[in-house]
Amino acid sequence: MNKRQIIIPGDVLSEDAGIAGDGTYVRDGKVYASLYGILSEHNKIKVVPLSGKYMPARGDIVIGIVKEVTFSNWIVDIGSPYDGLLHISEYPQRINSEDMSKHLKVGETILTQVKEFDPMMKVELTIRNRKLKTIRSGRIFELSPSKIPRLIGHGGSMISLIKKETNCSIIAGENGRVWIEGSDCNIDFAIDAITKIEQESHIPGLTNRLYDFFEGTKTQKNESDKEYEKESILDEILE
Amino acid sequence: MDKPEKFIIDGIRLDGRKPDELRPMKIEVGVLNRADGSCYLEFGKNKVLAAVYGPREVHPRHNQKPTTAVVRFRYNMASFSVEERKRPGPDRRSIEVSKVSREAVEPMIFTEYFPKSAIDIFVEVLQADAGTRTAGINAASIALADASIPMRGLVSSCAVGKVDGELVLDLMKDEDNYGEADMPVAMTPDGEITLLQMDGNLTREELKKALEMATEGCKQIYKLQREALIGRYKKELEEHKEDVELVETITESEETSIESTTTVNIDESGGLDDE
Repeated sequence: MNKRQIIIPGDVLSEDAGIAGDGTYVRDGKVYASLYGILSEHNKIKVVPLSGKYMPARGDIVIGIVKEVTFSNWIVDIGSPYDGLLHISEYPQRINSEDMSKHLKVGETILTQVKEFDPMMKVELTIRNRKLKTIRSGRIFELSPSKIPRLIGHGGSMISLIKKETNCSIIAGENGRVWIEGSDCNIDFAIDAITKIEQESHIPGLTNRLYDFFEGTKTQKNESDKEYEKESILDEILE
Repeated sequence: MDKPEKFIIDGIRLDGRKPDELRPMKIEVGVLNRADGSCYLEFGKNKVLAAVYGPREVHPRHNQKPTTAVVRFRYNMASFSVEERKRPGPDRRSIEVSKVSREAVEPMIFTEYFPKSAIDIFVEVLQADAGTRTAGINAASIALADASIPMRGLVSSCAVGKVDGELVLDLMKDEDNYGEADMPVAMTPDGEITLLQMDGNLTREELKKALEMATEGCKQIYKLQREALIGRYKKELEEHKEDVELVETITESEETSIESTTTVNIDESGGLDDE
C-alpha cells in the first residue's frame, strides 16, 4: 500500500488501451506515460504529476489577480498560460462600463469561478455566486496546482485538520493559490503546514506526519509559555 | 595541446576509454527553484545547465500558434566555457545549435495540448569539452520532464566520430579538434532519430556502423536519465519509509495503551492515490 512507483514519460504502463487515464497516451494499443510523476492504478491508470502549470477547467474555483481593465472585461491572471476574462455582466451588481475600475481595480485579488473554457483557450470567469468575492484581507500563498488535492485530502480531511489546528479560514483555489485568513501568527503557522505538505506530498504517511507536526509545535508552544510564566514569576519574586 | 601522433594506442583512447565507451555522466534534477523544470548535467568535462519555463504566454504575441505551443530553445555558451574567452551573445554556431536542438526535442512534446502558449528551454554551457549540443539535449529533455510537460518520451543524444581511421563513441575535445569526423545523433527510446549531423567524412559502411554505435550510446544515456529522474524522489521515499513505519507503530501502541484516543481517520496512503 505504501509502495510508490515513479514513472517517467515513455514508460509502458499497460497493454490495455481501455484504461488509459490522465497523464498517459495510447500508441499501437499500448498505454504509455506522458508525464513524470507517480503511478496511480484504480479503475483507470493515471500518472499524477509532481509539478506543472494550472490548466483551467469548467467549474473550477480559482484565485485570480486583476491584470487589466478593458472596455467590458477585467483581464485576470489565474496562474495558467491563459488569462481569464471576467465580463462586466458577471459582476454581482449591474455596473456601468466607466465605473469598472471603481469596483475592481488592477492588482486586486478575487475568488472566482471558471464559467467556460473553450478549445480556443478562452477562459471566462464569473463572480456571480454568494461564495465568490473580492479578497481584501488575509494572505495568499502559492503552491504547485498539482498539490492542491493533497492539501485538501480525503473528502477535505487534510484542510479541515489545518483549519482546526490553526484557527484560520483556508480556501484553496484549484490553480494553486490558497487564501488564508486569521491572526498573523496563525497564518504563519498554517503556511508552515502547507509548505510541509507541498514538500512531502509524494511520501507516504503525510497525514500522520502532519499530526506530529502540529503536536510538536504545540508542545513547543507550551514549553515557551511555561518558560515565560517562569520568567514572570521570577520577576515578581525579584520585585 | 598539439595534435597527438596517435589517438588510439592498443585499443585505448587518450583519456583511457575504449572506442565504444561514453564519458562519465552526472545528472542532477530540479536544481533551479524559479524554473518550472531544470537539470544540471556533467558529461565528461562538459558542464551544462538546462532550464524549462512554461507553458506560458507568448511574447511577442504574433509568434503564437493557434493550434499548438511554440517551443523555443536557446543554446548559449558562457564566455568562460572555453579556454579562449568566447565573445558573449548568440553567434552563427549557437543559433544553429539552438535550431537543431529544438528540432531534436520538439517532436517528443505534446505541443497540441497547449495552443497559443510557449515552452521555453534554455541551455547554458558552463564548461565545454566537445559534445555540448548532445549534453544540452540530454539535459533539456530531463528538464522538460521535470517541468511536468507531457511528452512521448525522453530524448537521448550522443556523438560518434572518427579518429585514426577508426570509429569512436563520444568524442572529447582533442579527438574532436584533430579527428576526421564528428556525428552527433539524438534519438527517442524507440530508436527514432530526431537529430543527425555530420562534420567530416564517413563512408556508407562507416555511417551504418556509426549509427549502431550511437544507438548503443543513447540507450546507455537513456538509462542514466531515467535513473536520475527516478532517483530524485526514490531517495526521499526510502529515507522516510522507516519514519513512516515507526510513526505507525507508535500511534498503534499509543492507541492500545492510553485507551482509544479521539477517533482520527488516519490516511495511511498519505492521500496520493485518493479520489
